[in-house]
Amino acid sequence: MTEQKTHAFDMASIANTGQSNNEVTDTCIKVDNLNLFYGEKQALFNVNMEMPRKKVTAFIGPSGCGKSTLLRSINRMNDLVDSARIEGKILLDGEDIYDKAVNVADLRRRVGMVFQKPNPFPKSIYENVAYGLRIQGVNDRRTLDETVEKSLRGAALWDEVKDRLQDNALGMSGGQQQRLVIARAIAIEPEVMLLDEPASALDPISTLKIEELIHELKEQYTIVIVTHNMQQAARVSDYTAFLYMGELIEFGSTNELFTNPIKKQTEDYITGRYG
Amino acid sequence: MMIKEWFKSGSPWVWLNAAAVSTSIILVVGLLFLIAVRGLGHFWPADVVEYHYMDNGKESIMIGELVDTSVMSAKMAKESGYKLQDNADTLVQHLIKTGNRDILGMDFRWIQQQNIKSERLPKELITIERREWGNFYGRLTAVKENGRVIATGEKVWTAVQSRIDRAHKIYDEIEHIQKKQIGAINYRLERLRLKQRSLELKGKWNEELAKEQTQEKSELAKEYQGYQAQAAILYKEINRDSILAKDSTGIEKEIPLKSIVHLIRANNMGVFTKIITYFAKFGEFISEDPREANTEGGIFPAIFGTVMMVMLMAVIVTPFGVIAAVYMREYAKQGFTTRLIRIAVNNLAGVPSIVYGVFGLGFFVYILGGNIDAIFFPEAAPAPVFGTPGLLWASLTLALLTLPVVIVSTEEGLSRVPKSIREGSLALGATKIETLWRTVLPMASPAMMTGLILAVARAAGEVAPLMLVGVVKLAPTLPLDGNFPFLHLDRKFMHLGFHIYDVGFQSPNVEAARPLVYATSLLLVMVIIGLNLFAIGIRNNLREKFRALEGM
Repeated sequence: MTEQKTHAFDMASIANTGQSNNEVTDTCIKVDNLNLFYGEKQALFNVNMEMPRKKVTAFIGPSGCGKSTLLRSINRMNDLVDSARIEGKILLDGEDIYDKAVNVADLRRRVGMVFQKPNPFPKSIYENVAYGLRIQGVNDRRTLDETVEKSLRGAALWDEVKDRLQDNALGMSGGQQQRLVIARAIAIEPEVMLLDEPASALDPISTLKIEELIHELKEQYTIVIVTHNMQQAARVSDYTAFLYMGELIEFGSTNELFTNPIKKQTEDYITGRYG
Repeated sequence: MMIKEWFKSGSPWVWLNAAAVSTSIILVVGLLFLIAVRGLGHFWPADVVEYHYMDNGKESIMIGELVDTSVMSAKMAKESGYKLQDNADTLVQHLIKTGNRDILGMDFRWIQQQNIKSERLPKELITIERREWGNFYGRLTAVKENGRVIATGEKVWTAVQSRIDRAHKIYDEIEHIQKKQIGAINYRLERLRLKQRSLELKGKWNEELAKEQTQEKSELAKEYQGYQAQAAILYKEINRDSILAKDSTGIEKEIPLKSIVHLIRANNMGVFTKIITYFAKFGEFISEDPREANTEGGIFPAIFGTVMMVMLMAVIVTPFGVIAAVYMREYAKQGFTTRLIRIAVNNLAGVPSIVYGVFGLGFFVYILGGNIDAIFFPEAAPAPVFGTPGLLWASLTLALLTLPVVIVSTEEGLSRVPKSIREGSLALGATKIETLWRTVLPMASPAMMTGLILAVARAAGEVAPLMLVGVVKLAPTLPLDGNFPFLHLDRKFMHLGFHIYDVGFQSPNVEAARPLVYATSLLLVMVIIGLNLFAIGIRNNLREKFRALEGM
């Protein structure tokens, strides 16, 4: 246990070095000694890391390593699992999101999420994008119109759907649906966007579009992305975290981590020797 | 070897399945066909036959409609004591509807084929459908006005036509005055009485109020007298005309026009006229009140009662079942208790319906209704208001009966809403209840409608529990009318299912009522189909809207 702890501290110092190389050092999300259990089984062990603001942080690692679990703890999606139990802290702008005073719905408005499989609601394209606003009680037609257009433009979807906003969203292609879901998320103007393997169910061209979109979105949002695809991580992210068996093995700037990994496990994984 | 291969190929299974499906379809279609033929034939204006036959050695005449024919083997007939001609090997008997119950004492007679000397279809024979005493068959001889004969012979038929129309019109007016207007006055008088009684019970009754009420009552009485006077004039008018008609034995009978529903010469009608008469009679059947202990006339109150009760039941059971299912599926912690509750709910569906009837009578009517009366309607005592079987209790009992179906299908629907959709909504900052209302429930609504369809189908066909909690043989008023508060949930009502039972098995004239049993059955089936199609239409509409489930 003690060994694990020192090990985690190592990680933190590395992460900090990674950041100090960069110009921006503003931390948006800080994971502090996070342990997560599903019933008796522990899924995350002493995770410590700091994700910088308006950068893309990628989580990589083999299946079942806990990267999705870690991502879902950032907007408390794990609350939906009855047996999940958490120790430690996650700080968003310095505030612990697991504090009792935190309103989960408010938190999720600040931390948007896009899932692996596109999950548009069985409503019109327009209503899908307006959903988050309607939840907040916004029903003014003009505000809604403006936000819908802005969000669809933001998700690079406007030109494709502007003539059929009232069509059912389920009639769109998979790639369009995924961008619609992104538009739906940015319509409520979150600070952070969590992307859980957003391109894994899509064809290469749609994947490319999503990646371009991520590139544009980081101008405004702090983005955390989980991906299976190493090339994708290398292409889109500024920082990369490598997780293995529920532990954070290495965290640093993407360049460093891919060209000059410190840990041997990381190197083995990146070069495809296991995983 | 060949057989083995054949079994392996799977075709025996296909044949077996196809046979099962075909049998079901044939059974259903055959059933509907039988009911339809037997029931719908009743309204066709049948030929009126004049039989000349030997009755104990002397020639007699019988006029009537041929209803049924039975063939018996000669041996059996002899054993039963029938006399047969020597060379005959069968005994053929005809059932003739002779009508004229007031003269002959019965409506139906059997006649043996061997005794018939001749049968003819004279064009002048008439069929009169009367408001009392059943049909009359015979010949029209004269028309009377104020007791004076004004037409005889050839001119009778034309003379009577316009007079019948006039009599019908006056009859409708009298009905309107008696049922609607005088009925409304009676209703208001009763309410005044109840108001007085209630104020007396509270000790708030005083001279001033008494004065007020006396005035109101005298106004109502005046109104009542006005209507009475109107009715008296109309009565005089309608009693003006009558006809004379001769029956088969030559007895002449005077029939006032006010008691005639239809007067036709069936043998003289073309197919086209018959079709028009047919639809007119069918229209009356579904739009008018029953007559003569339900064996004649229409069944409108029963249709109305059935539809009303089923709709009320749907309104009660849907929210109740949906809320229960939402709690069980979305909020309750899944475990031993919820499993136990699910098992209990499923078993409720298997409880015999009469048990629900007993429960409804014991709990709803006596306990709930009794207490409601004691608390809210003390002025009506000793007459019960809700403490007696009625529409509300019948609907509630059936709602209870169909609750498991709604709960089970709603739960099914809720469990089919994908997790990813719920997460998508929650991730946008919606709370659980917002997610439920805006996304999950709309997506589960087709399943709720499926539950409702099954519930409606079951409820519309139930009779046994209703006999205990609100259905009656004859309800004088509909549960919905023009008197405040318009919807009278405490009233007893008529129901098609019970009507079938009553007409078919409890009526004094079973033979005459038999076609009505079939016709009523057909209507019951059509009402259920109609209600179901209505619900299915809504469901398909919803499905189209939320077709996400199919893709995921």
